[in-house]
Amino acid sequence: MWDYSDTVKEHFYNPRNAGPLPEANAIGEVGSISCGDALRLMLKVDPASEKITEASFQTFGCGSAIASSSALTEMIKGKTLDEALAVSNQDIADFLGGLPPEKMHCSVMGREALQSAVANYRGEEWKDDHEEGALICKCFAVDSVMIEETIRANNLCSVEQVTNYTKAGGGCSSCHEGIEEILAKVMAERGETFSPAPPPEKTRPGKLSTLERIRRIEQVIERARPNLQRDHGDIELIDVEGKTIYVAMKGACSGCQMEALTLGGVQQQMIEALGELVKVVPVRVKPPQPLVNPS
Amino acid sequence: MSMPNSQPPIYLDNNATTRCAPEAVAAMLPYFTEQFGNPSSMHSFGATVGHEVKAARAALQKLIGAEYDSEIVYTAGGTEADNTAILSALKASPDRKEIITTMVEHHAVLHLCDQLEKDGYVIHKLKVDGKGRLDLDEYRKLLTDKVAIVSVMWANNETGTFFPVEEMARMARDANILFHTDAVQAVGKVDINLAESAIDMLSLSGHKLHGPKGIGALYLRRGSRFRPLLRGGGQERGRRAGTENVPGIVGLGVAARLAREHMAYENTQVRALRDKLQAGILAAVPCAFATGDLDNRLPNTLNIAFEYVEGEAILMLLNKQGIAASSGSACTSGSLEPSHVMRAMGIPYTAAHGTIRFSLSRENTEEEIDRVIAAVPPIIAQLRKLSPYWNGDGPVTDPDKAFAPTYA
Repeated sequence: MWDYSDTVKEHFYNPRNAGPLPEANAIGEVGSISCGDALRLMLKVDPASEKITEASFQTFGCGSAIASSSALTEMIKGKTLDEALAVSNQDIADFLGGLPPEKMHCSVMGREALQSAVANYRGEEWKDDHEEGALICKCFAVDSVMIEETIRANNLCSVEQVTNYTKAGGGCSSCHEGIEEILAKVMAERGETFSPAPPPEKTRPGKLSTLERIRRIEQVIERARPNLQRDHGDIELIDVEGKTIYVAMKGACSGCQMEALTLGGVQQQMIEALGELVKVVPVRVKPPQPLVNPS
Repeated sequence: MSMPNSQPPIYLDNNATTRCAPEAVAAMLPYFTEQFGNPSSMHSFGATVGHEVKAARAALQKLIGAEYDSEIVYTAGGTEADNTAILSALKASPDRKEIITTMVEHHAVLHLCDQLEKDGYVIHKLKVDGKGRLDLDEYRKLLTDKVAIVSVMWANNETGTFFPVEEMARMARDANILFHTDAVQAVGKVDINLAESAIDMLSLSGHKLHGPKGIGALYLRRGSRFRPLLRGGGQERGRRAGTENVPGIVGLGVAARLAREHMAYENTQVRALRDKLQAGILAAVPCAFATGDLDNRLPNTLNIAFEYVEGEAILMLLNKQGIAASSGSACTSGSLEPSHVMRAMGIPYTAAHGTIRFSLSRENTEEEIDRVIAAVPPIIAQLRKLSPYWNGDGPVTDPDKAFAPTYA
């Protein structure tokens, strides 16, 4: 049996705002019966203020899917559409007093239904860019798709690196076999063979000169750019202050859901190149968009 | 687990595990205290213990109709017995690189085979039809001298459906191939006479037949080629090293004796309760059907697919009323597939996510079954009211069209 919080149970046993909402003017639908969960979110939005005056749901799914739907409707009622869009899947999980890692996707589904409903109201087309794989790391709720994409994007070759980039495998370490299998598969695609030995050359140079240090920082940035440019984004080195490296994320990278992941990857490479702990900090013009927690 | 309901709980998940019989527990207790000796020891502490282990082995031998008591090799459970059987066959015949099994085996066999496939073995998984039945012509064609072992379950854990293992074992023997059966669900519920069969190896588990957890056995026909999984001390005649789990062996012996005594009851009274439960639920709940080969299945098992609702939600509401059952669907991240057994039978997605297994035991009563028959219909109705696929008294006319997310 899942270790559900009392709030999850309460929202499952006594769901709020369940059933059709005939006067809805914003409807979002995600999932399908073949996936095992499907959610229809119905909102009544006041056109003048864009305030959500009523919210209702119909859900086919497990206990936490129904509880997440119920929680979502409670959270967004009375909010404007923009305020509602700021609700992240983590907010939904927090509202419910937490969800087991295997069930975080229920909160993601809630947020996606919300995005879909707002797009429906605004006459936009909403596209699901969230692909989900089998759950590999239960400690940090990281799935196989996330691990695979991160390995591919950053040319990773060890479990340790995967842990540094995604957190997967950083807890109880039981999933290392699964991570090794994904590494072997992706490395085979690029013509390499996975070897469990730690990555070679951990050169520990003496203290670098300032010039050498900046050169290495620039090299890391240059190495990262082709991958980002392929996704219509870019990264630029802005400044270096002590152990803090300021960069600007450009184009499609700015505000992208994967931004934190990209920065984490760059930071890791900086640490390896410089042989010291540094922080890579994005410099922004606009405040950051809330990130969708990978689940 | 909280039991908010004041009524006593009803346990209908006996294919997952059973309550250890009080007689078995009582028989085990001395082996944790004064009878702590090692049966292999050359002193009186060990001697009495060794005697009891022998008696327990004889009781188990009788339950499965083995010719010799030395054909029983105790293991830590069904999973170890399954792994031992298959890995032994591969080791004994290194030139044979193929395995025949089925799509609907327990994970103890399937996941091992998946791993072996990565190691270069060829795994043939026999398909099943809509009722979960095998095609023996497909099987016959695969019986070649490349096959190291056939592993086919006696009864399916989710639907209770029997496979014709005795006939399949004869076919394997004619082709000179080892035959193993995972009989974890069948032992103790149906008559088994291994001496008269062509089965070479059989797995069983203590806690599925009111014995303790942590003990099981592999039946190994005398003369079958065998390679141990665990090597070490000479226990189990060198076929499974490790000091004997004496309390477990003694408890399993008592459970085996009790299972024999209740065999007729299981196949009459328990079967009647199961049939009543099936008829009662199906009469009251629309858009629901029993899965598996209904005329050829375990007497205690009932698997019902409830369309347009999800299994875990049903279980949570049942549990709230103190009713314990299980679901084949595991709604977890990325696990979009419902139970592999339901998918193999081609149960449509509209129903496969809502399958519930009720598995009875000799401890269930008619009052309990009546309570479950009364509890289930409102639970299904309540969840269907929440479902976007349900409209009033029936499913929406075309579920695929009625619910079509834009990106799909």
